[in-house]
Amino acid sequence: MLHFLFRRIASLLATLLVASLIVFLVIEVVPGDPASYMLGMNAQPDTVAALRNELGLDQTGPARYIDWITGMVQGDFGQSYTYRTPVADMVADRLWISLPLALYALFLSTVLAFPAGIWAASHRGGVVDTAVMGFTQLGIAVPNFWFALLLVMYFAVNLGWFSAGGFAGWDTGLLAGLKSLTLPAISLALPQAAILTRVMRSSLLDVLGEDFMRTARAKGLSARQALLRHALRNAMIPVLTIMGLQFSFLIAGGIIIENVFFLPGLGRLIFQSIAQRDLIVVESVVMLLVFAVVLVTFLVDLAYAWVDPRLRQPRR
Amino acid sequence: MKMRSLLPGAILVLLVLLAALLSYVWTPYDVTTLDIRNKFALPGAEHWLGSDHLGRDILSMLMVGARTSIAVALVAVGIGMGVGVPLGLLAAARAHSWLDELIMRGNDLVFAFPALLIAIMITAVFGPGAINAIIAIGIFNIPVFARLTRGGAMSLWNREFVLAARVAGKGSLRISLEHLLPNITNLLVVQGTIQFSLGILAEAGLSYVGLGAQPPIPSWGRMLAESQTLISLAPHLALFPGLAIVMTVLGLNLLGDGLRDWLDPRLRRER
Repeated sequence: MLHFLFRRIASLLATLLVASLIVFLVIEVVPGDPASYMLGMNAQPDTVAALRNELGLDQTGPARYIDWITGMVQGDFGQSYTYRTPVADMVADRLWISLPLALYALFLSTVLAFPAGIWAASHRGGVVDTAVMGFTQLGIAVPNFWFALLLVMYFAVNLGWFSAGGFAGWDTGLLAGLKSLTLPAISLALPQAAILTRVMRSSLLDVLGEDFMRTARAKGLSARQALLRHALRNAMIPVLTIMGLQFSFLIAGGIIIENVFFLPGLGRLIFQSIAQRDLIVVESVVMLLVFAVVLVTFLVDLAYAWVDPRLRQPRR
Repeated sequence: MKMRSLLPGAILVLLVLLAALLSYVWTPYDVTTLDIRNKFALPGAEHWLGSDHLGRDILSMLMVGARTSIAVALVAVGIGMGVGVPLGLLAAARAHSWLDELIMRGNDLVFAFPALLIAIMITAVFGPGAINAIIAIGIFNIPVFARLTRGGAMSLWNREFVLAARVAGKGSLRISLEHLLPNITNLLVVQGTIQFSLGILAEAGLSYVGLGAQPPIPSWGRMLAESQTLISLAPHLALFPGLAIVMTVLGLNLLGDGLRDWLDPRLRRER
């Protein structure tokens, strides 16, 4: 297990290193002179020179990269040019919306998908199975931001149960905060739940045909007991894979959904920064999101090893 | 059972394709002329699907928008296949070598960047546009095809007909192209359909947030973005572009499922 852990950590660090190089190259090197890009065409030469100095652009590329990366590791994400505040503070504020939103959506999609997938698999070919499969086919095809618009149309405009957008703030109470995240979380969760249901169902169907399931039934377990004790655990590997992948979709999807509901999360921050050409903020937030995705992949790998000890062995 | 999804899928996809092609020669109205006096027309005889806040005909805009969606998604799949398939074949031919390792790690790396993040980086530096959307979605497609090709090709390298070809003196390049590629075409076609549908969704998302095709080129995503502020005034504006996306994606997914069953009965799953 220790060897496995070591290998995985090494590969995690390598991925992060190369990813950070790519982000740095695209945002700071490709535009040529980031300072004049950020200030636009009509900037005064001395303003550009001042910003160049502030960003440390007179240093060589490698030196700037090392500065940036050591700063990020210590929690210093640089200073936003537009807002004149540390990016780390801005990110911390917004994270309190984006992270709960992603987790809320993951929770909803799991709560929907697990029972639906298990039910469909254990009653294969029945009416419920057919209905579940039809719904999931539709759920996969619906763009989440359009679903979000429909939810707003019905629950906010027609019924008035929710507000059409904006965030109440956590200081108004946990429930009020969760309430403003509910429609966004539902619209994020639906397509993911559809995918997860299908994976759960087909993975369970594979396992249900295995010999050990027959043995479990032969030794006297009821179908329900065999399903819960033996089938589920063995069906979890593909399900975990998809849940890990989904987290990166939840992050990406969250960026768009935050825009539908005018939630002041990381997604809004990124688009505002693009509009204001605040490359410092874009660079750090993109890197942070990549870090989150890579970290989740890593954790999923660890979860595999926990669920299936065979995977702890080196592959070849 | 087997043909249940192929036919409806093919019909839906054909409908969208025909609408897009037809828009080159005919649309009910010109999408660039504004007719403010007839704004917010409800669906009816004059405007079948109604008109928007500038009096433009929704059906015409959907037809022209289909071109954007299809073009972006199709070229992105092309990029993914064009780069991913050769990489996958190469990795399989040199399995477990440093080259294989490098290609597969590179793939892991691309998976760390969701397509939207790639698009955001490109847009932050080069500005928004359909070309940048294509590149972003295309880059994301590369590892998908590379992995699929490697997996498919690896399982074939030990088969008798490949051994026979090696004994006959063919090099790995010729074996890859003449024997392996034809045998994984089915896999690629099916995955291509799926990535095509994902590309349609991604394009819609990108143009919804303003990172895709720019005005005046109509696109489904931007039609939805424009409808959002008018949602209590004219709900039908938000309805039809979304239905167009769902129809296209649903059609492609059904087509993909159907093709898989039809092309490779061995893969056919008990559903």
